[in-house]
Amino acid sequence: MTIDYQIDDPENANLPHPNGHGPLGADMERRDGRDKVTGAARYAAEHAPDGLLHGVLKRASGMGTVCLTNVQEVEALAGVRLVLQDERMIRNAAQGTAGEAPVQGVDTADYIGQPVALVVADSSEIARDAANLLKVQSVGDDLPVLPKHGETDPDMQENSVTGKPQDAFDKAPVLVDATYTTPSLTSAAMEPHAAVAEWDGDRLTLYGSLQMLRYNRAELADCLGIEPDQVRLRAPFVGGGFGSKLGISADCVAAALAARALGRPVRVVQHRRQVFEVNTRRSETRQRIRLASHSDGRLTAIGHEGRVSNLPGEEFAEPLLQASYFNYAAPHRLLRSEMVRLNRPAAGSVRAPGAAVGVTAFEIAMDELAQKTDVDPVELRLRNLPDKEPGNGRPFSSHRLADCLTEGRDRFGWSDRAAQPRQRREGEWWIGTGMAAAVRVNLVMDAEARVRLTPEGRAVVETDMTDIGTGSYTILGQIAAEALGLTVADVDVTLGDTDLPPGSGSGGSVGAASTGTAVWLACAEIRRDIAARMGRKPEDLELEGGDVIVGNDRRPLMDLLSGETLSGHGKLAPGEALEKVRQATWGAVFAEVAVNDITGEARVRRMQGTFAIGRVLNQRTARSQAQGGMVWGLGLALTEAMVHDARDGHVVNRDLAEYNVPVHADVPYLDVCLLDDQDE
Amino acid sequence: MKTVLTINGQQVSLDIDTRVTLLDALRDHLGLYGSKKGCDHGQCGACTVIADGRRINSCLTLAAMHDGETIITVEGLAHGEALSALQQAFLGHDGMQCGYCTPGQLCSATAMLEEARAGRASQVTDDLTTPAPLSRAEITERMSGNLCRCGCYSGIVAAIEEVAAE
Amino acid sequence: MRPFDYQRPAAPEAACQGMSASPHAAYIGGGTNLIDLMKLGVMAPDLLVDVNRLGFDTIKDLDDGVEIGATVRNSDLADDPRIRVRWPVLSRALLAGASAQLRNKATTAGNLLQRTRCPYFQDIDVPCNKRKPGSGCAALGGELRNHAILGTSEHCVAAHPSDMAVAMQALDAQVVIRDADGQTRTMGLDHFYRTPGDTPHIETRLNPADLITGVRLPAPLGDRQVYRKVRDRASYAFALVSAAAVMQLKEGRIEYAAIAFGGLGTQPWRDPKVDALLTGARPSEALFEKAGDVLLRSAELREGLEFKKPLAHRVLKAVLTEATQ
Repeated sequence: MTIDYQIDDPENANLPHPNGHGPLGADMERRDGRDKVTGAARYAAEHAPDGLLHGVLKRASGMGTVCLTNVQEVEALAGVRLVLQDERMIRNAAQGTAGEAPVQGVDTADYIGQPVALVVADSSEIARDAANLLKVQSVGDDLPVLPKHGETDPDMQENSVTGKPQDAFDKAPVLVDATYTTPSLTSAAMEPHAAVAEWDGDRLTLYGSLQMLRYNRAELADCLGIEPDQVRLRAPFVGGGFGSKLGISADCVAAALAARALGRPVRVVQHRRQVFEVNTRRSETRQRIRLASHSDGRLTAIGHEGRVSNLPGEEFAEPLLQASYFNYAAPHRLLRSEMVRLNRPAAGSVRAPGAAVGVTAFEIAMDELAQKTDVDPVELRLRNLPDKEPGNGRPFSSHRLADCLTEGRDRFGWSDRAAQPRQRREGEWWIGTGMAAAVRVNLVMDAEARVRLTPEGRAVVETDMTDIGTGSYTILGQIAAEALGLTVADVDVTLGDTDLPPGSGSGGSVGAASTGTAVWLACAEIRRDIAARMGRKPEDLELEGGDVIVGNDRRPLMDLLSGETLSGHGKLAPGEALEKVRQATWGAVFAEVAVNDITGEARVRRMQGTFAIGRVLNQRTARSQAQGGMVWGLGLALTEAMVHDARDGHVVNRDLAEYNVPVHADVPYLDVCLLDDQDE
Repeated sequence: MKTVLTINGQQVSLDIDTRVTLLDALRDHLGLYGSKKGCDHGQCGACTVIADGRRINSCLTLAAMHDGETIITVEGLAHGEALSALQQAFLGHDGMQCGYCTPGQLCSATAMLEEARAGRASQVTDDLTTPAPLSRAEITERMSGNLCRCGCYSGIVAAIEEVAAE
Repeated sequence: MRPFDYQRPAAPEAACQGMSASPHAAYIGGGTNLIDLMKLGVMAPDLLVDVNRLGFDTIKDLDDGVEIGATVRNSDLADDPRIRVRWPVLSRALLAGASAQLRNKATTAGNLLQRTRCPYFQDIDVPCNKRKPGSGCAALGGELRNHAILGTSEHCVAAHPSDMAVAMQALDAQVVIRDADGQTRTMGLDHFYRTPGDTPHIETRLNPADLITGVRLPAPLGDRQVYRKVRDRASYAFALVSAAAVMQLKEGRIEYAAIAFGGLGTQPWRDPKVDALLTGARPSEALFEKAGDVLLRSAELREGLEFKKPLAHRVLKAVLTEATQ
């Protein structure tokens, strides 16, 4: 049996129901934390089946037709097993939720750094050496690598006009017209992409560093030309993803092919430099933002026009405009984006695609407007909040931006600041303050989960959902414990295995809502069974402390099970609700920054973030997520930029010494406030 | 190349390719996967272990160079089932998300506290001639060799502060 | 990494002997730079001679200075009470470099000899005259940021990445070298490095089997010592510009000045004309401005590096101001 649930109407019942004092929403320790602090957690590359061989990917150093010129010489090296160049190998990672193979065939290189071969050897040392010795020639014409040289793809344009924005710009009492650029950015998860592939007959088991297994299984099967049910993916621990592990990656496909060819398990770990090239980057952007307003800052028109890029054939466009449809009220709106095709490494989702750079640029323009109108930046935003989605009048499922702005303002002490620039100085340092609103669309995706209630009264949650650091293990356990009246210690959570029901996967911030609901539905089925056993309706049932309570009748759950296991299967589908209401999460971030008058160095001294992100399932893990987002904002603003060589587009700073991820010393204590936020 | 190491209190003998780094010896030859390979080039700190009392990047050194030395990895920080104070504090302050940098952070912090106790200075120490109290700025500077991409720095530093204050 | 043999001699004689056995042998100290480059295929020695157990791991008192053993770790050198008190600019420079983990491994001699961070040098798929003599320079016309503006040639624009060596340059350090015949000589650090010219692969004046056994620091000639480093993040990053100043003031005049720079030159940079301009003069903003003009008079500001000139100017002025306050 399965409980199917499609969210067709705005869900105001606020499933799951907290009983007020259960584990849901509590500030709880990460349940996989102990494995992580003791080194017991096993990530993809840390599985070593007997007979394991080691593969190293070789990159293209030029674009065009690829020729490996000394394969025989390399294969003759002691310990080298294979130089693999297979038409099924992929040129870059699949896009998120693709569910099918990305561009295959590595006899042609679309960009510098593309994988063109796999060298397999008895040890990683031999494989690395052999890959360095392998010679790759590429022959081809120069292809565009700079945005100004790329061709616009007519099929990848977005164009939305409401009212008469041009008129409004022309007649505006106050107009901001600013153009911003942002560089390519990268996920740079701490764990490099890795795969360990092993075949048993025509069935493949692959440990991978992947975010969305249900799609990844289909992608890998499609790459290999086999059926998805011949593929078992496992990813019990994933060392960060941030979008870079949404789609099947080159290491997985190559490892599977090599393992098949050699009849031995093969491990392929991407070198850190390959992680920068082979997986998707965040596109560089150019954004023109126009804001027309009355003299009091009330907006009359919004214009947001962007340009992004991607490799030819890739169907992902950085969704720059996503939030600009509904962030602020204005009767006239012009939203346009275009994509140019460039032969740089493929672009794809990187943490908060669209919003991270789109909202940032927009918010900078809002500050320009605040300056021009002499309206306080917080007040300016408050003045422009819409009560319904602009343009179509859809209601918001919840809209807490005003609360985020005012709560954050108070917590930060915004009113104490000097409103004009260059008012405060400490030694060589100018001290300034700033703020921005945060807006992010909300999604729900298909998800399934199974929950078993054992005769011993323990619950087991099972889904192929991943925990990439977000806390899936923890919150799914809390949900099941809440639903079944157990403690979290009574719940086991097994994730990251495609033999289990397909969860949503981790991506687009959908995991907790989607897979979490599936777990709740699975528990609801168990509750229904229990109720049936008692001859009652499920809604009459209360589960608490391992007991079943109906009215004055309280008895241990175990008695009721009498040696049987109850199983529930939850299946969630997004429905029409996503169309009927505008769903989004909200936030406001405040920062105090010191800028050195001599060197221009910028140091963030304190930072406050207030967020309304729906129901918080675990205060502790949610706070960490919010802090992580703030660190990313800091990196985006101050330290990070992927540098492409202007001549051939290759990533110049493709390591963690030259691509500057913020370090401890860059990051002040991050104050986070999570507002209670439930749809009403 | 024959190499003898004492790892987490146990003596092990290896006979390995001279090219094997200390990190790969731990992971591939001894099955101690707690030490992580984030960059393999000394740029992230995930591989940090404590060799003869010093925290080092195990990826940038050959196993053979450590013949006869005592190595402590993340697997050696707990005393049996009892977590070290730092490990416990990391759980309390959620000083981790994906967990991949965590072993390196823990080994690094463990040694860092010893360095601070021994009066070692850092870049942000005002006066090189007097030992500095372990302020937040001192902790973050001293821990800057350990990247965390999930952005758990606040939790990690809070955990270290808690243990340093004990 | 190419396969290699590994030796761990217990005496300098054996070390030099080992080195003489192969033209492609290399000494290994901390290994933090060498192993990095070997993994990338940039360096491929067939024999590594481990110098860590030769007994060069102490700091000895000399008449009025010290001799720092070649394998003294950067962290230990920074921590040494003598260095902290008398040569604090050296402690500061060391502590500004790399990370605690790397400083725990990196050695004095290895730090002097570390290779450039030019990304084109580290990329075996592009030409580099330093890595492969005569192959060309991919950095020219490429993306420049951590590159040099002083001492460059049309064959190489790579900057020397060390912090430690910048301070040592300002401290008139002498490199102690043992040659293949067992003879010891010293060489001033000002003479130790070579500008790239048309042979950027030859970076120092060492002979093939020469073994650095230590670095001598004479008594410091200035008690006002400052090190300042500017970089792209707060820590754990190489210098865009750094400056070390060792100065002595007497009766309102600069009695002694030795200023050295990182991030600007193809080697740890010191310009005698800058020191000469400052020596004997009264500190003033105008003087410091002029020092910057002198330092940067022949700077080559290739595309992408224009920022270094005003930055170096301002950093120099700030450092001189701090040192003379």
